[in-house]
Amino acid sequence: MLRVGSVCEAGKSRLNKTGDWRTLRPQVTDKCNGCGICELFCPDSCIVLENKKAVIDYDYCKGCGICANECPKQAIEMEEERN
Amino acid sequence: MSVSVMEGSMAVAEAIKVCRPKVISAFPISPQTHIVEELSKMVADGQLDAKYIRVDSEFSAASAVYGSSATGVRSYTASSSQGLLLMIEVLYAMAGTRLPVVLTGVNRTVSAPITIQPDHQDTMALRDTGVIQLHVENSQEAYATHIQAFKLAEDHDILLPVMVCMDGWILTHSYEPIKLEDQKLVDSFLPNFVPKYRLDPKNPLTYGAYADEQVQEFRLMQHFAMERAKSKIEVIANDYQKIFDQYYGGLIDEYKCDDAEVVLVAMGSVIGTFKDAVDTLRTEGVKVGIVKVRSYRPFPGEKIAQAVKNARVVAVMDKSMSVGQGGPLATDVKSAFANKEAPPVLSCIAGMGGRDVTIETVRKMVTKAQLALKTGKIPDIEYTDFRPEYLED
Repeated sequence: MLRVGSVCEAGKSRLNKTGDWRTLRPQVTDKCNGCGICELFCPDSCIVLENKKAVIDYDYCKGCGICANECPKQAIEMEEERN
Repeated sequence: MSVSVMEGSMAVAEAIKVCRPKVISAFPISPQTHIVEELSKMVADGQLDAKYIRVDSEFSAASAVYGSSATGVRSYTASSSQGLLLMIEVLYAMAGTRLPVVLTGVNRTVSAPITIQPDHQDTMALRDTGVIQLHVENSQEAYATHIQAFKLAEDHDILLPVMVCMDGWILTHSYEPIKLEDQKLVDSFLPNFVPKYRLDPKNPLTYGAYADEQVQEFRLMQHFAMERAKSKIEVIANDYQKIFDQYYGGLIDEYKCDDAEVVLVAMGSVIGTFKDAVDTLRTEGVKVGIVKVRSYRPFPGEKIAQAVKNARVVAVMDKSMSVGQGGPLATDVKSAFANKEAPPVLSCIAGMGGRDVTIETVRKMVTKAQLALKTGKIPDIEYTDFRPEYLED
C-alpha cells in the first residue's frame, strides 16, 4: 500500500536488489592476498574481507569494475554476467 | 485589527508573519524581492521567531523549505519568473512527497525577450507540478489568501504545497490601505501545524521512496487530494469570512453574472479593471458579467459552467500563452465545457509582458464576443490590443 508522500520506514532500499543491473561480474581469483584496497574503493560498499579474501555481495554489486581496476595483484577478473 | 497604508509586498510579509512560519528561505528576484526582504528584516529584528535561510539560488530555496517542511515545521518561500522556473524540479518532488509549503508566485513573464514586467507565463509553467494555485485580485486578498493557504495546505486531507499567485508590480509595488488582523484571531483560525509524518532522527523515515509499479496510483492520490481541495477551499474562504468579515470568493467569484449575456473569465489583478469596465458597459445597456477564477489548480470547471449557464457567449482572457496551442485558461474552460450544454468560448490574449489592460481592452473583448455571436463564427484566438507594427516582415 502507498502512503501519502511515498513515506516509508528508512532502510527499505535494501529490498531493491540493484545487483540485477549488472552486465559484468567481478570474480575474485586465487591471486587475492586480502589487502582490502577493493573494499575501500567499492562505491556500493559490497565487498568485505573474509578469511583474508575479498568477498563480493552480488545482491548489490552493479559490476562497475572499479575493484578490478584498483587491485594491485590483478586478482579480480570481470566476466560477462550470465545469470 | 488595524489599517495601514502599505505596499502589496508588505501586506504579504505581514500575512506571513501572523502565520508564524518556522523556516523561510528565498532568493531575491524582482518583483518578489520586497516580500522576502521585509521578512528577513522581521526575523532580524526579532519580530518573527523563524529561521531565515539565505541561499544561492531558487533551487536551493525550494530545497531548503522542502527539508524544513519534512521535519514538520511551517515553511515559506517566494519567487518570480526565472526563479519559479528554477524551482520546478523541487516543486514536483515537494508535491509528490505532499509537503504543505506555502509559496508566493509573484507573476512576471519569462525570458526571452528579457523583461521584468508581469504576466502569467511563469506560474503557468508550474501548472502541472501538483502545487495548488490560487490567484488574487488585490493586496488585501493576497493578505487573506496567504493565511488561508497554510490552513489548506496543512489539512491532512490535502497535504499539498499551495502557491498564491499575485501580479508583480501591479499588486506588489502599489500602495493601498491594508487591514491587518490580530495575532490571536489568526491563531484561532490557523492553529499550529501538525504534520502527518515528519523527519526525526529517533524514528528515521524515507520520503518519496522508490516505486515503479505504483506510480499511476500515486499520481491519482495527488489528484484526489486536489479534488478534495475544491470543497476545502470554499469551506476555508467561508470560515475566514466568519472570523475576519472578508470574502473574495472560494474557487471562483462571480460579478453580475445572473442576467449577463456576455461573461468574461479572467484571473488576477485585471479583475478590478474588469469590474469597472462591466459597470461602464452596463450603463450603456450591455449585459456583461465576470467570473474570477481564484483557484486555477484545482480547476473549478463545474463551478464556471454553472456560473455561465445563462450566458450566450463567454470570453476568456489569458495573460500568457501555451505556444502552439493558445491561452491556457481558455483551453481549460473549453475542456470543462466539452460534452456539456454550454455557451461558445472566445479565447482572448492580452496584457502579456505587462501591456496595460484597460477598460478599452475589455470593451474590445466584449465587442468581439458579441460579433462572434452575431456571425456565428468564433475565431481560434483573439489577440486583443495586438500591434502588428512590432512584427518582423
